[in-house]
Amino acid sequence: MNARLADRLATIMFWTGAAMVLAILALLLGYILWHGIRVIDWHFLTAPPQTIVAGGGVGPQIFNSFYLLLLTMFITAPLGLLAGIYLAEYAGKRRITEYIRLSIETLTSLPSIVVGLFGLLIFVNMTGWGYSLMSGALALAVINLPLMVRISEEAIRSVPGELREASLALGATRWETMWRVILPSAFPGLVTGAIIAAGRVFGEAAALLYTAGMSSPILNFSDLNPWSPTSPLNPFRPAETLAVHIWKINSEALIPDVRRVADGSAAVLILVVLLFNICARWLGRRIYRRLTAT
Amino acid sequence: MHKGFSAAPDSNDIYRTTDKRNIQGRKRCEEFLGRSAAFLAAALVVALTVSIIYFIGSKGLATFTVHGVRVTEFLFSTQWWPDRPLEEGGPAVGSLTFILGSLLVSLLAVAVSAPLSVIVAVFMVEIAPVWGQRALQPAIEILAGIPSVVYGYVGLSLLVPFIRNYLGGEGFSVLAGFIVLSIMILPTIISVSTDSLRALPPQWKEAALALGSTRWQTIRLVLVPAARSGLITAVVLGLARAFGEALAVQMVIGNTRTIPHSLLDPTITLTSAITMDMGYTIMGSLWNSALWSMGLILLLMSFLFIMVIRVVVRGGMVR
Repeated sequence: MNARLADRLATIMFWTGAAMVLAILALLLGYILWHGIRVIDWHFLTAPPQTIVAGGGVGPQIFNSFYLLLLTMFITAPLGLLAGIYLAEYAGKRRITEYIRLSIETLTSLPSIVVGLFGLLIFVNMTGWGYSLMSGALALAVINLPLMVRISEEAIRSVPGELREASLALGATRWETMWRVILPSAFPGLVTGAIIAAGRVFGEAAALLYTAGMSSPILNFSDLNPWSPTSPLNPFRPAETLAVHIWKINSEALIPDVRRVADGSAAVLILVVLLFNICARWLGRRIYRRLTAT
Repeated sequence: MHKGFSAAPDSNDIYRTTDKRNIQGRKRCEEFLGRSAAFLAAALVVALTVSIIYFIGSKGLATFTVHGVRVTEFLFSTQWWPDRPLEEGGPAVGSLTFILGSLLVSLLAVAVSAPLSVIVAVFMVEIAPVWGQRALQPAIEILAGIPSVVYGYVGLSLLVPFIRNYLGGEGFSVLAGFIVLSIMILPTIISVSTDSLRALPPQWKEAALALGSTRWQTIRLVLVPAARSGLITAVVLGLARAFGEALAVQMVIGNTRTIPHSLLDPTITLTSAITMDMGYTIMGSLWNSALWSMGLILLLMSFLFIMVIRVVVRGGMVR
C-alpha cells in the first residue's frame, strides 16, 4: 500500500470517527427528547408523584433539584472562590501548595458513590440530621468544590498581568487589587464556569441516594416557614431529586407508567442541562461585552 | 484537566517590593483578613480530603480488624454469603466477583472508547479544525453534561431490549454495561487528548511535512508519539471515571453475583453492590462493613490512577 493511499484511508477513518461521535449524540438526544417531549405538560411538571396508580408528575422532584443546587452553590461558591484566589495569587511554590493541589486532584477523581458514603457517615449519621437536603447539599459540595476552585483559579489567572501591575503601582494593596480589579475582569469566566459546574450538580444522583434520600415527604407549597416539616423550604427534610427519581422508579417502583414518568424526567433533566450550557455561553459573552464596552 | 497548574507565572517578584511599603493600619488588617480567609478555604480542601481518607479507611478496614476477615479472602474469594447462618458454614464476604466485574466493564469500555477518542481528537486538531470547533466541541460539551442516570436510562430502555431481541440473553449484560460506559467516558478522553495535541509545537508538524511525510505519516509517526503522555493521561482519566461510575452501570449490568462467561452474561460491579445494598444493611454488621471495604477499594483505585497520571506526566516532561 503506498503512502498516498494510506493517507486517503486514514482521512476517511478520521471523518468516520468524528461522524460517529456526532451520530451517538444525535441518537441520544433524539431518543430522549422524542420520547420525553410528549410526556411533558403542565400537570407532569407540577403534580406530585403517585406511588401505585398511573398519572403522577415530578413537581416536588424538580423543586428539590433546584433547591439542592441553590444550597450547594451557597456553600461552594464562596469557598471555591477564596481557595481559587489563594492558589492563583498567594500560594508560592511552598509545600502546602503541593498538598492543596494533590487534594484537589484526589477530590476530583473520587467516584461520586464514595462521596455519597462519606456523606452518609458524616452529614447524615454524625450530625444526626438523617436523610436531608442539607446532608445532600454538603455531599454535592464535596463533589463541586474542587471544580469551583479550579474554575476560579483559571479565571483569575487569565486576567492580564498589566491590570494587576497597574493597580499595585497606583498604591492598592494585594487584596484591594484582587477585589476591585482582578475579580471584576475575571467575572465572565467565573460565571460561565459556575453555571456549567451547576449543570453537573443538577444531574448528580449517586452521591445523593444515601444523603438526601430517596423519598420526598408530602409538601405543602403554601407553607413557607422553613422550620415546618411539610414546608418545601425546610433544609432538614429528606428530598428526592429528579435524577434520583429516574433511578428509583426504574429499580423499585410499583406505578404502572414507569416508562412515561422516566421518559419525561429524563427529558426535563436533559433540557435543564442544555439550558444551563446555553445560558453559560450567552451570559459569559454578555457580561464580557458589558465590562469591556465592545 | 491536569495541566495548567505548573505553568503558573510566579508573580511574587512584583509583590516583594510592594509589600514592604508602609500601608495604613486598616488596609493592612484587610489584607491580612483576606489572605487568611483565602488560605483557610484552601486548607479546608486538604482537611476534607484527609477526613474522607480517614473515615472511609477506618470504616473499610473494620471488615478485617473487627470482623476478622482475612484480606486475601476478601480480595480473592468468590464466596459471597454475607448473611449465611452459622450452622450452614457462617457468613463469607469474598468480593472477587465484584472486583472482576468492575475491572472487566471499565477495561472493555476504555478499549472501545480510547481509539475512537484519539481519532476524534486528532480530527479536531489536525484534520478539520473549523468543523472541530463548530460541531464537535459543542457536541462533546453536551455529552459531558448528560447526567449518568440518563445514560443508564437510555441503556436500560434502548440498549438492553436491543441486545435481548437481536443478540440473545437477558439483555442485562457485560456488553450493555461497557457500551454505556464507553459513551460516557468519550468526552473525558477526547477533551484531554485534544488539549495535549494542541500543546505540541507546530514546528514538529511542519518539519515532518517538509520532509515529505503525508499527513497520516505525520500524525502516526510524529504527533501521536509526541503527545503520548497526554494521551495516556486522558485514557487513565477515562478509566478512572468508568471504574467509579455507579448508577449507569447498575441499571444495565443485571447485578447477578456470577463471573460472566460471555459478553451477554450479566454480572455485578463494586459500585452497583454498594448502591443496592448499603440502604438495606445494618451499620456495623459484616455485610455492611464489606460494602465499606468495597468503597475503600474504589478510593484506593482512584489514588492508583492519580499516581499513574503523575508518573506519566513526569516522564513526559523529562523527554
